[in-house]
This record gives sequence, C-alpha cells and structure tokens, in this order.
Amino acid sequence: MGYPYSHEKEVPILSKYFGDPEARTLSGWKERGGYEALKKALGMSPEDVIEIVKASGLRGRGGAGFPTGLKWSFMPKALANAKAEAKPHYLLCNADESEPGTFKDREILRWVPHLLIEGCLIGAHAMGAQHVYIYCRGEFFEATQVLAKAVEDAYEAGIIGDDVLGSGKKIDVTVFAGAGAYICGEETGLMNSLEGRRGEPRVKPPFPAAVGAFGMPTTINNVETLAAIPPIVANGGEWYRQWGSEKSPGTKLFCVSGHVKRPGNYELPLGFPLKDLIYDVCGGMIEDRALKAVIPGGSSVPLLSVEEAMGCALCYEGVVEAGSMLGCASVIVMDETTDIVHQVMRMASFYSHESCGQCTPCREGTAWVTTTLRRIEDGRGTEEDLDTLVEVTEQMTGTTICVLSDSVAAPVQSSIEKFRDEYLALIRRGERVGAA
Amino acid sequence: MADKTTKIAGAGADAVTLTIDGQEVTVPQGATLLQAAQGAGTEVPHYCYHPGLSSPAQCRLCLVEVEGAPKLLPSCTTTVAEGQVVRTESENAMRMRRGVLEFYLLNHPLDCPICDQCGECDLQDYVFAEGREHGRGRDAKRVLGRDDFGGDVLFYGDRCVMCTRCVRFMEEVEEKPLLTVVERGSRAVIDTFFEQGLDQAEWAGNVVDICPVGALVSKDFLHKARAWDLDHTPSICPNCSQGCNIELHTRDNLVHRMKPRTNPDVNGHWICDYGRGRYEWLNRGDRLEAPVMHAGGRKTAMGWTVALEALKERIDTLGESSVKAVVSPFWSNEDLGAVSHLIQALGGGAIVFRSPRAEEEVPLQGYEGLARRTALAPNEQGAELLGFERVGDDAGQGGLDDLAEHDGVVLVLGDSLDDQPEGFAGNAALVLYLGAYTSSALALADFQLPVTTFAEQEGTFTNHAGRVQRFWPALSGPGSARPAWLVLGALLGALQNEGGPSNAEQAFGLVANSVESYRGLNYETIGAQGGPSGALVPVAGD
Repeated sequence: MGYPYSHEKEVPILSKYFGDPEARTLSGWKERGGYEALKKALGMSPEDVIEIVKASGLRGRGGAGFPTGLKWSFMPKALANAKAEAKPHYLLCNADESEPGTFKDREILRWVPHLLIEGCLIGAHAMGAQHVYIYCRGEFFEATQVLAKAVEDAYEAGIIGDDVLGSGKKIDVTVFAGAGAYICGEETGLMNSLEGRRGEPRVKPPFPAAVGAFGMPTTINNVETLAAIPPIVANGGEWYRQWGSEKSPGTKLFCVSGHVKRPGNYELPLGFPLKDLIYDVCGGMIEDRALKAVIPGGSSVPLLSVEEAMGCALCYEGVVEAGSMLGCASVIVMDETTDIVHQVMRMASFYSHESCGQCTPCREGTAWVTTTLRRIEDGRGTEEDLDTLVEVTEQMTGTTICVLSDSVAAPVQSSIEKFRDEYLALIRRGERVGAA
Repeated sequence: MADKTTKIAGAGADAVTLTIDGQEVTVPQGATLLQAAQGAGTEVPHYCYHPGLSSPAQCRLCLVEVEGAPKLLPSCTTTVAEGQVVRTESENAMRMRRGVLEFYLLNHPLDCPICDQCGECDLQDYVFAEGREHGRGRDAKRVLGRDDFGGDVLFYGDRCVMCTRCVRFMEEVEEKPLLTVVERGSRAVIDTFFEQGLDQAEWAGNVVDICPVGALVSKDFLHKARAWDLDHTPSICPNCSQGCNIELHTRDNLVHRMKPRTNPDVNGHWICDYGRGRYEWLNRGDRLEAPVMHAGGRKTAMGWTVALEALKERIDTLGESSVKAVVSPFWSNEDLGAVSHLIQALGGGAIVFRSPRAEEEVPLQGYEGLARRTALAPNEQGAELLGFERVGDDAGQGGLDDLAEHDGVVLVLGDSLDDQPEGFAGNAALVLYLGAYTSSALALADFQLPVTTFAEQEGTFTNHAGRVQRFWPALSGPGSARPAWLVLGALLGALQNEGGPSNAEQAFGLVANSVESYRGLNYETIGAQGGPSGALVPVAGD
C-alpha cells in the first residue's frame, strides 16, 4: 500500500502496513505475522538462509543493485561458525537515506520498524554477525525514535539480545544516529562515521567483508534490502520471483517526486513502465502540463528525455537500456516549466557542498562545476564553458575513491547532451525557461 | 609503526615479476606499483603518498593503467601481482593526471616568485612536466590567507594541495594529533585545534619538509634564500648523540638550514625541532684565523710552518713532562684520535671531555629507535671509545680543577672553556689551544691554533649506538684554520720525524686501528649511511 497514496497496480509486500500505527508496536506486529520468518530462519542453517536469498534474486536496494545473496556469502565461512576466538563481525544497516529524491527507507523505519529488525536479525544469523548497527540519517528524528522504541521492545521481549527467541544465539542491535552528511551514506564513509572518524570513504581493497567496521568483517545492506528478507524467507525464493524480470526479480519502492499529481511511495513490481508510473499510478502531470525530463534513480543518475522515459521499463537493466540507472528508484519528474540549468546547478551545488574533500577531482571539480553553472545561470557564461564542463566532468569520472564525483558528472553531462538548447538560450540570449 | 621506506632488495623467494612501461621489474611481494616503478627508475607523480606515512590514495595523482583493470588504479596502494602489465604513461593515465593537475591549479595562487618552496616544489615540477599549458579556470581563486601554526611552522592556506601528509605525520609518527582537516569539500582546510599549536610538538618541523608545496614553510628560513642557490652537503646533526643524517644547506659560506637525509637505520625521514633549530653556531664570526704564539709577553700571529716549528722547539725543551688534555665531543673521531696519538707519543696522560646533557630524551613515538638523546653532543660515544673520561656537570661546565693546577703540558681541543677564568692553567709548562673560537680563558695560552669545525671538514662521528657516520665539508674554514687531525698529525710527524696523515681517510685509519669496535671500518665501508650495520641497500627517495 503506497504512502500517502495507494494504487491498485501496487504489490504491497514491504509497504503493506504503511500508515497503520498498530503495525509499529510489537504486539501489533506479531498479530500481523511478525517474527515468524525469524523463527523459521533460526531453525535453518546460515548457509540455507543464504541459499534462499540467492534463489530470490534480490538485488541491493541502495542503488548499486548488487545481488544480496552473493554479498552475504562473502563473509568468511569460518567466521559464520562463530568460534569463540574468531573476530567479531558485523552487519550494518544503511539507513542514511540522503540521495536527493529518495524517501523510501524513512517510511519503512516509521511504519514497519519490526520488519526491518526482523530482516536484520535474519541477516545476522545468516552471516554469523553478533552485532547489528542501524545507521540512521541524522535528520530522521521521528523515524529514529520509532525504530529505537521498536528495538527496545524487541530487547524486552527477548527477540534481540543474549538468547534470540530462545535459540541460544546472541545478537545485539544498536541504533546509531548520524550527524547529517550525505557522504556517510557511502558504505565505508558510514563505517568511518560509526567509528567516530571523519565521514570519508575508504580505499578499497580491503573490502568490508574482510576489513569493515572497527576493522572487522562487515556486511552492509540498505534498509529496503533487509526489509525484503523476512517475506522472502517466509515464502521462499521462487515466490519472490513471480514479480519483476529475470535479472531484477521482486518488488521495489518507487519514490516519485516533482510535477505529478500524486507524488509519494509506490511499491511496484520491477520492470513497471515509467510511463504508467507517471500517467497512471501518479495520476499524470500537474495541470496536465507536458513532461520535459525524468531522473529515474535519484539525483546522481543521468536525466532521461521524454522519448527515453516513455519507453523505459523500471528495472535495473531496463533503465540502463534507456540511458540512465535505476539507482534507488527515486523518480524525479520535471515538466515543461522546469529550468534545467538551474536544476542541474542545484544538484551540482549539493554535491559540492557534500563532497568530503579527500580526492582532488571531487573536491576541486564539484566546486568548479558549480561556479561555472552559476556563472552560466547569471548570464555570464560562454559556449566554451559547456565544453569545459563536459571535459571537467570526464576528469571527475572514475578517478576518485567513491562515486560522489561521478554523481555530478551524470546530470551535467546528460543535461548538456539532451538540453543543450536550453543552455545556449541562456548563454546567447539570456533566456530562461520558466523565469516568469 | 615501522618505517615504510621501500627497500628494493634483490629478488628473494617471494619476489614478483611485472612489466612497467615495457620494462620487466622484479620486486618483493607486497610492494606497491609506485615503489616498483621507483625501482624501475620511473617516478610516478604523487602528493599524498610518502614512504614514511600511511597511504590514503586521495590525491589521485599517481593513477596508472593496469592491464585488465576497468579503471585507473592508484599506484601508491595497489600491490604488485605476478605478470601484471602496468603503464604509467599511457594516454589515459596522462590525460587523467593532466586533469588532476588542472584541478590543483584551479585555486593555487601561482605566487611562485615569493614562495619559499619555489625550485623544490612538486606542483611546479609536475605541472611543468605533465600539466596543461593554459588553465581553464575563469573564476576567482579561493583565498584563505596565512596562519601561524605555532613553533617554526607557518601555513599558507592558498597553496595547500590537501595531501594531508602533515596531519598524518602528527597522528602516525609524532603521535600528537595537533593538526586536522576542518570542514569538507572545497572548503576543507588544514588547521590546528583552537589555541593549540605546533609549539606543543617536538618534531613538527618535519611537516615543513614533507609538505610537497609551499603551504607549510619554516619561519626561520622564510624568504632567506632561493632553493636553487643553496648547496646541499650530506652531514650529521651535531646537536645530540642520535646522529641523525642531515643535509646542510649553505649559501655564501653560511648554513641556512638543516634538512633530514633519509636513513632508515637511524632517523628515517625525520629530525627533531631541537636539532634542526641549532645550526647558527656554525656561522659564528668570532673565529681564530691564524696560529698565535704567546711568548715573552707578546702575541705573534704566524704561518703554520713557523708555528709548528716553534711549538716543536718548545716541546723539545720541556723534556719529560706529563700531559693533561680536555677535548670537545663536537669534534670528529679523526681529531680526537689525533689528540690521543700525540699524547701517547709524549709519554701518556689523562684526556677528559665535557659535554652538556639534557634531563630527558625526546623520543619520536612512531619511529622506534629515534629520539633526541640526553647527550647533547654528536661524538660522546667516539670520545668514550677512545678511553676519554667525561668530567664536569650537565651544563658542560666545571670538572677541570685538575687541569687548572697542572704544571706539565695542558692541551685543549675545541672546548673554549667559557666557564673558566682568564689565564687558565697559569702554572702549566705549556698551554696549547686548538680551537675554532676565540677564548678568554685561553687568551694567554702559549699557542692558539685555529682549527675547523665539523662543518668545514671531512670526518666521522660515532653515535650513541656506536654507529660511525661520515660527514663532508659544507663550508670553508676561515683564514688559516685547518682540521685538528691535520695540525696534530703534522706536529706528531715533526716530533717523530715522519709524515702524518694527509687526508681524513688516513686519519680515520689511525683511529680504526686503536678502537676494537672500529675494526674493518674505512670510509668505503661506512659509506653515506654509516656503519657498522646490516646490508646497505639503496633507499627509494621520497
């Protein structure tokens, strides 16, 4: 059930109880079948749990789309046996949802915190982790409170703690609030922040499965990924594959924002047509204005033109085919009144503000791109600036520790390619779209 | 923390062979591509990497192409693999490096004409070698201004390339995290914590050395000289018995600064602030410049031939006479050994030395075996190995009552006896002063013979651990000043009717014969890095 609006084409698995305050409480959650999947998982060997997740084909919902079952199997096998002398290892839940346009994890935290906790505990069991850290975005005051209360209740009920549901397993869960930095959503930046260091991404290798949080083997998963685990474990991998495509099975929360009549979260099978999402599920464009561009996966992916958007299927491979990336499925819809130059400048300025400043191409490049775009917006740009922007963003792609700098390159390059006329109108004649 | 200096040793059992720029190289397993390239004679540009620090791989300048890798890889953290094919100068790598250099210049002030780093600046060198001819930045540059970091360190924020070497040095090596990065993105800047500055550190001068640009500069050296005007002479720090390897940077026959010289067995890449700041005594102007004989109430300046003849005559007329000597541990093994030999030839006598001591050592926490030692002279160990006895207090004063009352021959080398009254050893049959500086206590000595300081001659010091290390002449001595070993050797030769040593190496040979632990050492085996020690290996520069 989408939130705040719902639609008949939705397949509510994660979002079934969005808007239902009863589902937040432990008793209410148990009445709705909560923690049954955990019981089932605890009765299985960790390897079998990982097999179910592998069979489901679930892919990471944080943006990269890496197969979750495969990721889980990276945790060294010896450690999964939890020998006394083995290093402690950790499961981190990335709830630092901060990609502009994304607001799905927040709703999971707010409405179904126990679903997430259950997913975390199953994951910890599968990977032999003794401790789960849920790293919440600093600005998520309400969501963090709801989650913290749920964790407290689960501790009291013996669901978390020294003896998880009487299984003899010890799993702790800590809710950690960040201080509000975009880069702390990057997995290794998150680990540094969790350890009390500057939120700066780490050089890989070593990868987190070998050396992660506190130097120990660590797996990090997005909120939506972990929330999808209980239904998959309860119903089996094949069940999950009834939705979506071969390469992108299951359902996904789509965060739609921008110029549509009914923006919000919608849970739809992967592969759902972008056209139907805008014109059917979201009720079409505001005041029925014409569509100009769509950003399908959060502000760090390339823009889609109308033609590209209309033929785009919303699954990992489908969006790549259309010329962008699914990312975390944050669909930003822009109509004909949108000033693309201004929007791209806003994005660049965001990334410039949020760059951690370690890598030179990102530290200097994001600021350079922003000042150049500001200059163009102010009517002091030249056509040469456009070539410089393209070259500079090329110099920022694939040359840094994390992908923040690539994230600026995507909207800048795609907008100059697809909306060059708009830049030129501003540069040559000082004309701005929607200036009135 | 162990030093991360690469020792590209011969191929061991765990050696890896790879191809760098078409050249096959064999390096130890675990070496990085950057180190392997250095071994092959290729310098990959880099800022954040320093052989004595951890590698954050954040400057993104050392990116190289590795066959099979989807992206360019940072050569400072990527370890070698068997059969790897690496191209440090492929089109893609050069394009990206040119891009990174352009990013650096975007906010760099290009104030090279007034920057102390000019001429020894990595940014200058790399941009000249690989950068774009013209920058494309059209906007105003960021201005941060200048900040006093405390101690001898001044920070020019605009020039900073954010390599964070200084932050990592303070954290990892000195283990006093007094520097940090504040803010983020393009607003990031290196800073101290509020009022806490580098004056609380003991080794902070090293951050100036490792800064690849002119962001961190020395207040003491500020605007004193241009880098290309300075001569660099390998030497040994004279300010304690650690024996840190240094370079003396000189111009116009003056020492302008001391810089560390890499030696993994003694001081790594580092020297302490105490040692670094004490070079001005090498530039003292109150020097003895000509041999002076004091006889019959008259002082006569003369040339060496006449002076030595007169001295020989005086000694011959004394007949049997006991000798007492005081020497300075700031003088070389060659000089001290010559004193010993002369006194033996004269029938033997007591030799003492005085030296200042500090109350405490000042260790460099992150570098085992490196400390500012309590013995504040470079050659105490050398004096002790020659059998000399330390007298006096920890200020390097007193303890000479015996000499002051002596009625035989009194010989003084180097120590200008500043704590003693005029007319020192007035009862002595002969007072002989071989010194660099004028001395009021010895103004009436029978002979004042001008000698050179260690900075003006070739020689060796023996450090606290018994390691013999060479230094070379960086300055020319004033007037007729000659090395003490040469003067004493000539005198001994005259007394015995045979020739003395004619160069420092021969003078060391005489010392090596008389000290057990020096057996087998000569200038060749000591080399530039000192001995005795393990295998001497070439060290990758920084």
